[in-house]
Amino acid sequence: MTAHVLSDTGTLTGRSLRHILRSPDTIITTAITPVALMLLFVYVLGGAINTGSDESYINYMLPGILLITIASGIAYTAYRLFLDMKGGIFERFQSMPIARPAVLWAHVLTALVANLASIVIVTGVALIMGFRTGASVTDWFAAAGILILFTLALTWVAVIAGLSAKTVDGASAFSYPLIFLPFISSAFVPTDSMPGPVAWFAENQPVTSIVNTLRALFAQQPVGHDIWIALAWCAGLLVAAYAAATAIYRKKIS
Amino acid sequence: MTTTTREPAIRVRAVTKSYQDLHVLRGVDFDVAPGSIFALLGSNGAGKTTLVRILSTLLRANTGTATVHGFDVASAPGDVRRSISLTGQFAAVDEVLTGRENLVLVAKLRHLRNPGAVADDMLARFSLTDAGNRRAGTYSGGMRRRLDIAMSLVGNPPVVFLDEPTTGLDPQARIEVWQTVKRLAKDGTTILLTTQYLDEAEQLADRIAILHQGVIIQNGTLAELKQLLPSAEVEYVAKQPTLEDVFLALVGDTADGAAMPAGGESR
Repeated sequence: MTAHVLSDTGTLTGRSLRHILRSPDTIITTAITPVALMLLFVYVLGGAINTGSDESYINYMLPGILLITIASGIAYTAYRLFLDMKGGIFERFQSMPIARPAVLWAHVLTALVANLASIVIVTGVALIMGFRTGASVTDWFAAAGILILFTLALTWVAVIAGLSAKTVDGASAFSYPLIFLPFISSAFVPTDSMPGPVAWFAENQPVTSIVNTLRALFAQQPVGHDIWIALAWCAGLLVAAYAAATAIYRKKIS
Repeated sequence: MTTTTREPAIRVRAVTKSYQDLHVLRGVDFDVAPGSIFALLGSNGAGKTTLVRILSTLLRANTGTATVHGFDVASAPGDVRRSISLTGQFAAVDEVLTGRENLVLVAKLRHLRNPGAVADDMLARFSLTDAGNRRAGTYSGGMRRRLDIAMSLVGNPPVVFLDEPTTGLDPQARIEVWQTVKRLAKDGTTILLTTQYLDEAEQLADRIAILHQGVIIQNGTLAELKQLLPSAEVEYVAKQPTLEDVFLALVGDTADGAAMPAGGESR
């Protein structure tokens, strides 16, 4: 059975990628909210925000916007997984000689592709709006690697939501707090401008370390120990969400 | 494939399944001979779907054993899955994909050598060639069910489970499904179908078992079941066409036009 994990995952990933190609609006809608936020912050609020650095504001806030893009994109993973289970095709797959993990991995890999597409769109708009970076190829790879790791971690959270949701709304509602998380971080304003307890939360939640790392990479600054905190958060979340999702999945299919 | 064909294709022994204090199956026993059509008859909530889900490895029984095509559903689910196909109550087709893509998908997942050719062959067999490149979401109920069954038959599994295959279908689509089932059995496929329509069991099944409140209360051929009642009184009743006869005569295009005559005699 394990011999087919890769080919089955490939086949099923091809299937859900087709879903996305046939409704590209899911990628567009994923990108619209972050782009709107970017316009709002850069052209309306940004002028009044003192980031304490001489970077342009769009350079300052793009990392946070990218994380919001991912957080809103993964809701579609939960949604698609939920629809599969509801529609009977999930049972068809389960009654066939398919490598069991392939069904979930196909959704996860599809989410990765879709989110990267959204990120490319948002970054493109940011470039038009004046985002500039002197980041080297290695810096870009490091930034992409962190974004991919973050996407994978959140996607497995989405798998939990998709597997355990009772309604379509429930399947995507879990992502709202995640979308909100970057606002209480260093993504839009420096954390030291916040009152004590809020600042403490902002400094110790995963988004801040990821944002700081990405920002440092784009600005060619040393990433410091932020990158290790960011990687630890992403890896920890990934492992925990993966374990929980597969446990729920196994319970569901036996 | 290594098992001898003489032993039952499906063997169910003392299978029980409960959810908390709801006892869905309370000790079910039956055999299905290879190449036969076995109908599981029962009203809604009798436990038919639960039983089919156990036999198709989607659900585990609490106690009891079941073997399909010689493999135990609990200890060799992978082998069972290679030997069966399941057509559930709701057409499990991917509505975003075209009919052909749906079939290619299943052929690939069954690791067949030439998925495209398999798909084209199935489209032809189920008169879906013209609709093959349309999204399954645009299909009518009958076409969707045909595609669903076609997907189940990709790779020619020796045992086929059909869970209420004609529920929600119009009379023509229903007759098409019946013809497909008969053709399959003629080619040697073992079929277990569940239904709540008595005439469906009567039309198709070699043996009929009645599942009631979680146990099989009768199991036999149609003739055997009929003998359970006092012998028929001879009554002269003018043979009225049923509304179904009228409907089909008026609409006038059953798939091959062959299914009608048998229906009139069965009373």
